[in-house]
Amino acid sequence: MRRVLPPLVCVSMLAALWLVFMAVPTEREMGIVQRIFYFHVASAWVAFLGFFLVAGASVVYLWNGTRAADRLAEAAAEVGVLFCTLVLITGPIWARPVWGVWWTWDPRLTMTVILWAIYASYLMLRAFGGEDEAVRRYAAVLGIVGVLDIPLIRVSVRLLRGIHPSVITRNEGGSGLVDPWMRAGLGVSSLALLLLAAWLIALRTRTARLAEEVVALRREALARGGEAA
Amino acid sequence: MRGALAILAKDLRIEWRTRESLASVFVLGVLLVIVLAVAHDPTSEAAPALVPAVMWVSFVFTGIVGIQRGFLLERENDCLAGLLSAPLDPADIYAGKLAANVVLLAVTQAVVVPLAGIFLHADLWPVLPGLLVVLLLGNVGFAALATLFGALAARTRARETLMPVLLLPLLVPLLIGAVQATQAVLAGGLGAAREAVAVLIAFDVIFAVAGWLLFAYVVRD
Repeated sequence: MRRVLPPLVCVSMLAALWLVFMAVPTEREMGIVQRIFYFHVASAWVAFLGFFLVAGASVVYLWNGTRAADRLAEAAAEVGVLFCTLVLITGPIWARPVWGVWWTWDPRLTMTVILWAIYASYLMLRAFGGEDEAVRRYAAVLGIVGVLDIPLIRVSVRLLRGIHPSVITRNEGGSGLVDPWMRAGLGVSSLALLLLAAWLIALRTRTARLAEEVVALRREALARGGEAA
Repeated sequence: MRGALAILAKDLRIEWRTRESLASVFVLGVLLVIVLAVAHDPTSEAAPALVPAVMWVSFVFTGIVGIQRGFLLERENDCLAGLLSAPLDPADIYAGKLAANVVLLAVTQAVVVPLAGIFLHADLWPVLPGLLVVLLLGNVGFAALATLFGALAARTRARETLMPVLLLPLLVPLLIGAVQATQAVLAGGLGAAREAVAVLIAFDVIFAVAGWLLFAYVVRD
């Protein structure tokens, strides 16, 4: 994984940059700012995958208590929050010129910011809850409850008023991704960000494993030192 | 089932003897309604429209404090350890605590809701049956999550801040559903809020079952 991912990320990222900035035609009404869409939407997909990965790894951790599952849940939460933050940064940059405001309480925006808050609180629990096995269990419980909340959030935010464009699902009357280059741009940038996320998760789980080994070794050294003295 | 009832009776008896949560919930509920009403400074025509939001926000914050109080009491003298060593299923402990919290939250609502109505000029009597349905659904959903996360947060290091931080984002669907359903009730009837009520029912069922299943992982040592 560690050998394969970095070159794959480099190649796909360069391809995505070339497609988005050179090959894809400029959107007729929104202009140049529309190009942020390729990273915005791709980041959102990766963030969602990260959150579902947290829930999956959390279930495995509660099921059999393997440390690898716990480390995967933590890494996926961090990467998910990172990409969700990117969604929340790229969105307003696009919204300001197109809608005239940085933020609105549209269903999709509301949903994204709530999900961000849930998994940010998950990281808070990890950081400030304590160090022991109990906190890892609590984090797993929160990871599962968080994903159960997603369908409820999705239904409840539809009760709010909405203006967000739905480019992918609704494809009528010239809206949507008409140009094949546009579809290629979205596909390749999604792939690039997905590979990047996988690489980051691999690095993060490895760091966590090494940190745990260091703690174990230090404890062992202290115990030996105690015997010698 | 009998275990759950015993826990419910125990929690209510403790509460009745100390009246600690009840007193703090009562005062805090009154204060929150006042603060929110004053901060909005509405005209008399605009005031009734604020009732659903003021009512539910006061309820959520008061409820968090009340439920947190209960679990911190349980920490003193290691009461929870005693509970766990009793021949009880953790799911029964959850059910008992959930029931006790529903009662405490109903008291909170009995304070917050009429006050919001009086201060913001909304006549709640004519719509009482529909309102009670929404209040009960919101109460149970809130209690289901708060009981799970109250127990969880009370056992972490940063317990006072973690409980609201963990709970509030998860509660947003409940809050949206409850506010929209209350708006519909005040405007005419529950019929207009079928979707909002469906969100509330789904929230109650999903998190009551999730809490019932996951509580064992929270209290296990």
